[in-house]
Amino acid sequence: MSDAEVKKPAARGGRNLELPEHLKAYKGVWVFIEHDRGEAHSVSWELLGEGRKLADTLGVSLSGVIMGGPDEPLDAIAKEAYSFGAEACYIVRDPVLKGYRNEPFTKGMTDLVNKYQPEIVLLGATTMGRDLAGSVATTLATGLTADCTELRIDPATRALAATRPTFGGSLLCTIMTLAYRPQMATVRPRVMRMPDSDTSRSGTVIEDSLGMIETDIVTKLLDFIADENSNKVNLAYADIIVSGGKGLKTPDNFKLIWDLAKVLGAEVGATRPVVQSGWVDAERQVGQTGKTVRPKLYIAAGISGAIQHRVGMEGADVIVAINTDANAPIFDFAHHGIVGNAMQVLPVLTDTFREHIALRSRKAA
Amino acid sequence: MHIVVCIKQVPDSAQIRVHPVTNTIMRQGVPAIVNPYDLFALEEALRLKDKFGGKVTMLCMGPPQAEDALKKCISFGADDAVLVTDRSFAGADTLATSYALAAAIRQIGKEQKVDIVFTGKQTIDGDTAQVGPGIAKRLGLQLLTYVSRIADLDLEKDTITVERRAEGGVQVLQTAVPCLITMLEGTNEMRFAPLENMIHAARYPVRKWNKEAAGIEDVTKIGLKGSPTVVSKVFGPTPRAEKALMQSVEDATPRDVSLNVIQKIFTQHPTLERDILAKASV
Repeated sequence: MSDAEVKKPAARGGRNLELPEHLKAYKGVWVFIEHDRGEAHSVSWELLGEGRKLADTLGVSLSGVIMGGPDEPLDAIAKEAYSFGAEACYIVRDPVLKGYRNEPFTKGMTDLVNKYQPEIVLLGATTMGRDLAGSVATTLATGLTADCTELRIDPATRALAATRPTFGGSLLCTIMTLAYRPQMATVRPRVMRMPDSDTSRSGTVIEDSLGMIETDIVTKLLDFIADENSNKVNLAYADIIVSGGKGLKTPDNFKLIWDLAKVLGAEVGATRPVVQSGWVDAERQVGQTGKTVRPKLYIAAGISGAIQHRVGMEGADVIVAINTDANAPIFDFAHHGIVGNAMQVLPVLTDTFREHIALRSRKAA
Repeated sequence: MHIVVCIKQVPDSAQIRVHPVTNTIMRQGVPAIVNPYDLFALEEALRLKDKFGGKVTMLCMGPPQAEDALKKCISFGADDAVLVTDRSFAGADTLATSYALAAAIRQIGKEQKVDIVFTGKQTIDGDTAQVGPGIAKRLGLQLLTYVSRIADLDLEKDTITVERRAEGGVQVLQTAVPCLITMLEGTNEMRFAPLENMIHAARYPVRKWNKEAAGIEDVTKIGLKGSPTVVSKVFGPTPRAEKALMQSVEDATPRDVSLNVIQKIFTQHPTLERDILAKASV
């Protein structure tokens, strides 16, 4: 979000911020490839896209880490990883790795890191990635930065400069792990852009064993109950989103958001205060503590544009903002701004869209 | 049965304001609350206590005034409270925090064996979700994160069965006690504190432990010194280089403004118009 130089922090309180000699051997960028029921989670590919940039800046290689059962399509997932930019994949295949469990996955990841010594390890901030990242970082006694919104290499130290919202999303901070390796970070799904796939790319497989048997593992996976997808809101992957904030004043006025969404075939989003007031379900919350979205069009009505909301939607291709306050922060990053009362503008905007669509559809027919 | 519930006192983030010029947090007047996610952990612990009997001990690391958060939990029905407070804990990141809390839980366990440790899913100020897993690893406890329901607890066999929120579904996991559970939000509703509890809580002598009392063995692992992560910069967001194309309903009718915006969007992004038309025709 900012191009300002990241300054090397001063050592305070007798803290060592120099990388010890024995940790300088740590090289390369790794991405944990999360998969479930035969399919990789798209956040892993988004991370490979980001990891590629970091690896290129550092002049090191980019690898994926895939752990799973012998009857899972790990080789096919590795092929896909190469197409998204990985040069190699570390594969650990073991019956105890079928279905995520903390203990065997923590051991698998920790052992790989100790053996092959990567300098950066990235994971998706999913229920799996966060569970694993916290455990691995503690076991390795290294730094972990959660829910990053930007990853760069600090030119002075060659360390990972990981930026994330802080103080409940009212400010941003850049965090570095200077004297420990690997440097670990998680990133939420949809925060980073999906890289282009090139299926002509290939890579190397490095197979490793886990060295654990089922009786070593205390926690048993008894069942997996898949969610019913029928009426689930899929905000994160919606192409068009119409969102409303507290500027709409009442839950009744929020209906104007639904009206416009219906005309555009869009999903409805909302800010945290709107969700907290119970105007819409929590699954519609866009922002740091809600969903991160990357639609082609995002219409924000009555939303001021606090960081907590911004980091969840600034990846949209086109942002249209309606707000009474010409100085609202949302106009700092919107593409089109309408200064006006959303209650007054929305109905007119909805009608105008409807007419436009009707007119164009007739022409097309 | 003995349950330890870890909580954090946090500023009510909904009320945090940032100084527009200096980009610093204006803390004055921002109320401190019990991290809302932790209340789901506390309520679940209290329900287990209702069912199986036993004791619920609260644990918090923070400045002396975090005592208020612990008293709040006593008013809901917790039995005992420990505040781990020492200047040397200041500046701790999640790794150093889990080290200190794990040490304190070991101390609490010396008084009475701990069966289950609860934490919230994450805090609302740090949002990392890392401290729970960190404590579990340090204490060698079975880790159960994002638990949506405790399906069964068998204290004879020391087994517990839970439902855990995963991507695209729910895992049913069975493990052994002792374990650490991070509780998902919205899974229960905190009970009301009766008046007599509130009076009891106000007078409750929260135990305050410094680093020695908390059993910290290695002082290089706590506070700033024990934190591998370094905050190198705190800053406000920067505007996009290109300013938004602004229109105001003061200068034109809402109708004209709407027509203008729609025309601009669709001229710049013709594929967007095609997408919308395709959806509209279905």
